[in-house]
Amino acid sequence: MVETQFRYRADEPAGDPAVTVDSFGDQTNAAAVRIEPGDDARVLLPYLDRLKLVEVNFPAYTDGRGYSAARILREAGYAGELRAVGDVLVDQLAYMRRCGFDSFAPEHPLNTADAEAAMARYADVYQPTVDGRAPVWAKRHG
Amino acid sequence: MYQYDKYDQALVDARVADFRDQVRRRLDGSMSEEQFRPLRLMNGLYLQLHAYMLRVAVPYGTLSSAQMRMLGDIADKYDRGYGHFTTRQNIQYNWIKLDDAPDILADLAKVEMHAIQTSGNCIRNTTSDQYAGAAADEVVDPRPYAELIRQWSTFHPEFSYLPRKFKMAVIASNTDRAAMRLHDIGIQIVRNDAGELGCAFYVGGGMGRTPMIAPLIRDFVSLDQMITYSEACLRVYNRHGRRDNKYKARIKILVHELGKDEYTRQVEEEFAHLLTQNIEPPLAELERIKAQFTDPAYDLSASDDLDRSDPDFALWVDNNCLAHKQPGYLSATISLKPVGGIPGDATSDQIRLMADLAKEYSFDELRVTHAQNIVLPHVRKADLSTLWQKLDAAGLGTANLDLVGDIIACPGLDYCSLANARSIPVAQKISERFAGKQQEIGELKLKISGCINACGHHHAGHIGILGVDRKGVENYQLLLGGCEGADTSLGQITGPGFDEDGIVDAVEKATNLYLANKQGDERFLDTYRRLGMAPFKEAIYAKESVNG
Repeated sequence: MVETQFRYRADEPAGDPAVTVDSFGDQTNAAAVRIEPGDDARVLLPYLDRLKLVEVNFPAYTDGRGYSAARILREAGYAGELRAVGDVLVDQLAYMRRCGFDSFAPEHPLNTADAEAAMARYADVYQPTVDGRAPVWAKRHG
Repeated sequence: MYQYDKYDQALVDARVADFRDQVRRRLDGSMSEEQFRPLRLMNGLYLQLHAYMLRVAVPYGTLSSAQMRMLGDIADKYDRGYGHFTTRQNIQYNWIKLDDAPDILADLAKVEMHAIQTSGNCIRNTTSDQYAGAAADEVVDPRPYAELIRQWSTFHPEFSYLPRKFKMAVIASNTDRAAMRLHDIGIQIVRNDAGELGCAFYVGGGMGRTPMIAPLIRDFVSLDQMITYSEACLRVYNRHGRRDNKYKARIKILVHELGKDEYTRQVEEEFAHLLTQNIEPPLAELERIKAQFTDPAYDLSASDDLDRSDPDFALWVDNNCLAHKQPGYLSATISLKPVGGIPGDATSDQIRLMADLAKEYSFDELRVTHAQNIVLPHVRKADLSTLWQKLDAAGLGTANLDLVGDIIACPGLDYCSLANARSIPVAQKISERFAGKQQEIGELKLKISGCINACGHHHAGHIGILGVDRKGVENYQLLLGGCEGADTSLGQITGPGFDEDGIVDAVEKATNLYLANKQGDERFLDTYRRLGMAPFKEAIYAKESVNG
């Protein structure tokens, strides 16, 4: 199992292994699920209360469907851990956090200093997302 | 025009630092070329045949003199003394070194410019009408809406790894001068029956190997929902656009495969959801932006008279100038298509001269057009003759706007690693062949692409030329009847292709047939539409002995 390199949550990580979206519906006790790029994140919406961990897999970092999946879950009120796994690289971390990811398990560990610098680089953002940061227009019109 | 506040400037400055760090990690080997490629592309840096190419964003084609001057200086400092204005109202430099790129971005940031999202599978620089704010026929200046989209789309965290590139255009006139319906999203600002402004959304247009004209999916989105509606259009695309085949990955294929009605249904459903998320900037933000696009301080006593005694000047006025909403003024187009020249190229001296002339005669403002020319939007008629003389002395006074010599051409095989054939030499030969005849032929939009990706807009040319590779030899297909604008149509291929000289002859045969058959004031396109393909095909492929 790939290690979680960055985690921005205070609670204990869920111990359960993540099951596929297909088998999730049948396993009424499962508290962790793994979304592949082609999966519809909205099928999970009825079960958000019992979910502790959603892993979103990025088999290739150029496939951006996982960003929409993450935002859709957060917009629906999902408050558990949202972990990006797979081809997760330094320059995508900031956008992933903006879309609601709060833990990262890159397939190949990242240089921590580079990753932290990249995540901290932009003090302001133009769009409101699910990360709670006020967009520039909100600051302009206070 | 729009000026950055501290937030805009800080974001662009941070991007310079960001890219500098990315280049460092690439050069020290901690990032592979494969990992670096999409990052550099999202910053407009392509690896071409001979060197890196850097594409600089010119949001909705609007530039100040200071920005234009910087573009000239960059051409000298980091390139070979020239720049190339593109069909997306941007400028690109063809001879860039990777380790210079961060310094170029730093220079650009000094004049509120950048190269953000000028390439890559993200939302690209938003384009608009080159006469925005000046045209007599516009409902409203479309640029504030384009600026709102620029900010929303910049570093959008959900839509930076889309299936494919995504291009948006915003216009506000019934006359479409931005090829709006050939964009992934085309927005037309309209006024409804109640007199309110809103947006008509056209989604799923594009050129490339499968050209499509965008269908209208919503005839009125209120201004305080424009960003939310755009977000819904993008989210449906990001989730469901094809990723298995890059040639079927544009949104036009999704809209086509789902059908307009089903795509629209999904967008409306997502839109209803997103309305609950409060992601729309307040109208106060639009008002803040609008306040920076107010009219310049026109000379209200400017004379409407024009001394047309110099026939060369009169010809240039008739060809290159457009009516202005303000009496006593015109918008003047500077043709970057001199006879035999490379379409869209300008030397650093020419770029700086245009910057100076804009400051002196056009309230400090210039526009880049998608036809690869430059516009001085607000010129007093009284100044026009002096302006033209200064332009003409610098090789910038060509009177051929929308004539056959005003060719759109992609860089082609002279620069581009995707091209199958050269575009520039064909453009030069056609420009020379028709130099003495273009006035007689009248409006004729000729567009050349060096491969099926259609960067030269050949599908939308009254005459289009597509360069292909036929068994290792450059071959050129001829298309007729394409058109952008309110009556958008796609060109049809005439038949077998030609070699480089043959295509020039074929164009001439088509124009000869037009001249022999035109009725009244018909343009080439009108005659083609009336007669259809058959007589043109017959003339183009007739044996030499028949036509002599």
